Amino acid sequence: MTIMFNKCLMAGVIPLAIALSSTAFAQESTGKGEVEVLNWWTSGGEAKALGALKDQLADDGIGWQNMPVAGGAGTNAMAVLRSRITSNNPPTAAQVLGYDAQDWADRDALSSLDDVASAGNWDEVFPQPIQHFAKSDGHWIAAPFEIHSTNWVWANKSMMDELGIQQPGSWEEFMASMKKAQDAGHTGLAYGGQPWQDATVFENVVLATGGADFYRRAMIDLDPEALDSDTMIRSFDRFRELLQYKDDNSPGRDWNLATAMVINGDALYQIMGDWAKGEFLNAGLEPEQDFMCFRTPGTQDAVTFNSDLMIMFKNDNDQQQAMQRTMAEIIGSPEFQMTFSQLKGSVPARTDLLADKLDACAQRGYEQAKAAAESDTLMGSMAHGYAAPASVKNAVFDIVSSFVNSDMPSDVAAEQLAMVVQGARS
Amino acid sequence: MSTPPSLRGGARERLQHWLPRLVLSPSFVLVLFFVYGFILWTTYISFSNSGMLPDYTWAGTRQWSRLWSSWTWGIALHNIWVFGLLYIVTCTALGLLLAILLDQRIRAEGALRTIYLYPMALSFIVTGTAWQWFLNPGLGLERTMHSLGWESFSFNWLIDANMAIYTVVIAAVWQATGFIMAMFLAGLRGIDGEMIKAAQIDGAPTWKIYGRIIIPQLRPVFLSAIVVLAHLAIKSFDLIVAMTGGGPGNATAVPATFMYSYAFSRNEMGIAAASAVFMLAVIAALIIPYLYSELRESRS
Repeated sequence: MTIMFNKCLMAGVIPLAIALSSTAFAQESTGKGEVEVLNWWTSGGEAKALGALKDQLADDGIGWQNMPVAGGAGTNAMAVLRSRITSNNPPTAAQVLGYDAQDWADRDALSSLDDVASAGNWDEVFPQPIQHFAKSDGHWIAAPFEIHSTNWVWANKSMMDELGIQQPGSWEEFMASMKKAQDAGHTGLAYGGQPWQDATVFENVVLATGGADFYRRAMIDLDPEALDSDTMIRSFDRFRELLQYKDDNSPGRDWNLATAMVINGDALYQIMGDWAKGEFLNAGLEPEQDFMCFRTPGTQDAVTFNSDLMIMFKNDNDQQQAMQRTMAEIIGSPEFQMTFSQLKGSVPARTDLLADKLDACAQRGYEQAKAAAESDTLMGSMAHGYAAPASVKNAVFDIVSSFVNSDMPSDVAAEQLAMVVQGARS
Repeated sequence: MSTPPSLRGGARERLQHWLPRLVLSPSFVLVLFFVYGFILWTTYISFSNSGMLPDYTWAGTRQWSRLWSSWTWGIALHNIWVFGLLYIVTCTALGLLLAILLDQRIRAEGALRTIYLYPMALSFIVTGTAWQWFLNPGLGLERTMHSLGWESFSFNWLIDANMAIYTVVIAAVWQATGFIMAMFLAGLRGIDGEMIKAAQIDGAPTWKIYGRIIIPQLRPVFLSAIVVLAHLAIKSFDLIVAMTGGGPGNATAVPATFMYSYAFSRNEMGIAAASAVFMLAVIAALIIPYLYSELRESRS
């Protein structure tokens, strides 16, 4: 009986002991020249792109312990990461988005990548807006993988030809072309009714309506006067106008199902980030021949971006630190940046490369991103957490989604938007 | 075998006295720590500056005032009120009706009872997903009706922000009614048949027998049913996540989905903790008086 009781007691105590002091475990699992990388790149092109990193590390004799946490657009992975850090058992590195890297840096949890950055001249080759997310207090704390941009329209080429639609150059032409498609019995805009997709389309409309300066004031500086301004009301009016070209079944639809509507010839356009291109390519379609890609009319001179970052966690182990440096070096290297973007459908985060290996859409996207970086119109995407921290981003989602799913008037929406943003920042 | 029998008996007695306490103590300690300890911890977090990670600096009622000024919290409270009320009333009414009908000494009662009770065996995720498919205009009922030739048929509540919460009520009622029926059926079987016979001999009509004699005697069953349903309603999370994901927009957000979203995707642990404590307080306000009356009854 006493033995059994002891077992019971031990069964209760052991997990506690592990939770309280798991540093021993961390060293054991990483003592063999392996890196443990937390990520949520589990599907198609993403997994292939991550495989490129794994292969390059293997060439340097470094093993790979994958730690994928799928689902929730990274929400689940971040929850796992938080519990790992709070139990003092960080992975070697983790894929993060937006302000997360800054948050971890503020908690002094990250290794500095300054050596690698100065050797690779990162200050010169990565554009300022990317550095804003990859540097903290002047120190490099993250290695940027790529630039994704969100102000793209993906179009069904054969439907355009059939209906005699030219690539629209202005907002009015854009609306007129969707009207044409709708009159011909198609859906004008393939639309996925999920909060982040609502916000992705909305930020396109804001940028197209107010221009780069207004976008920066409203979405990045979160100026209450810009948020509740006539320009914002006009943006909501235009958004409402655009929404009449979506179909009735859009609520809850995933983005790739919306892309499939364009691929299958059910819909004319989709407004979505450049990851949508992967769906077209997987369907065996050629850019510029089978499908068209162009910047959302009115946003040609600007690029709204998001960018995956790799952060490395502080570690006492010399071998781990060396492997972290190697990994950062690889991610920042010109060859890897190009290979990775080819596989993932993005463009390189470095602006000093030749684009000739990329597909037609990405070549154009890369030149536009470079030009935007030059002219200071490469701006973080609100919908993807590169304009404002998560609390503000989700407050914007609340209003934009409510606007999409109700008949909220534009002036009320603008007023509420300014209010909830203020609330999230308080 | 040198110990005298009397002493051995004393040791056994002592063992019998202490053994239950010893065996229960680990689970007691674990529950104390992991349930009540974390309730206290969460309560503290709701008064702290916690964001992405716990932060133990005292912030007074800052998170509570942010919670109550939040746009989605208002929607969540309104939804739980609508959902809870409709869910409890409909389940109780339908459950009672089914129980009365089943109680008419009909054939195959056992099989029917099982059929009604089965939905309760499913997880809310399964119920939610199945109803989502069934009610999705592009996949389920509406499309089937259209393909059968009824072109004007329309049932798009699931994607209508004003009606979506009612589809959640439908699915939840479908799941729980059978269980409530079983509770009422057990209650009906416990009623003294002599009393009913006496009423019948006096010539009372059936509806009067139910209205005046049977249903008033089911009072304790009503109380149990309402308490069970109320706490299921307040806890409702998985059904909504599977069925609507809180959408369209945030039209079907409830306090539980609000809490999850603030804790995990908005890096607002303080507000999430405040909403969790609020939910606990509401459940406690329902359960504690109930437990109190139950315990008092069983003692007397």
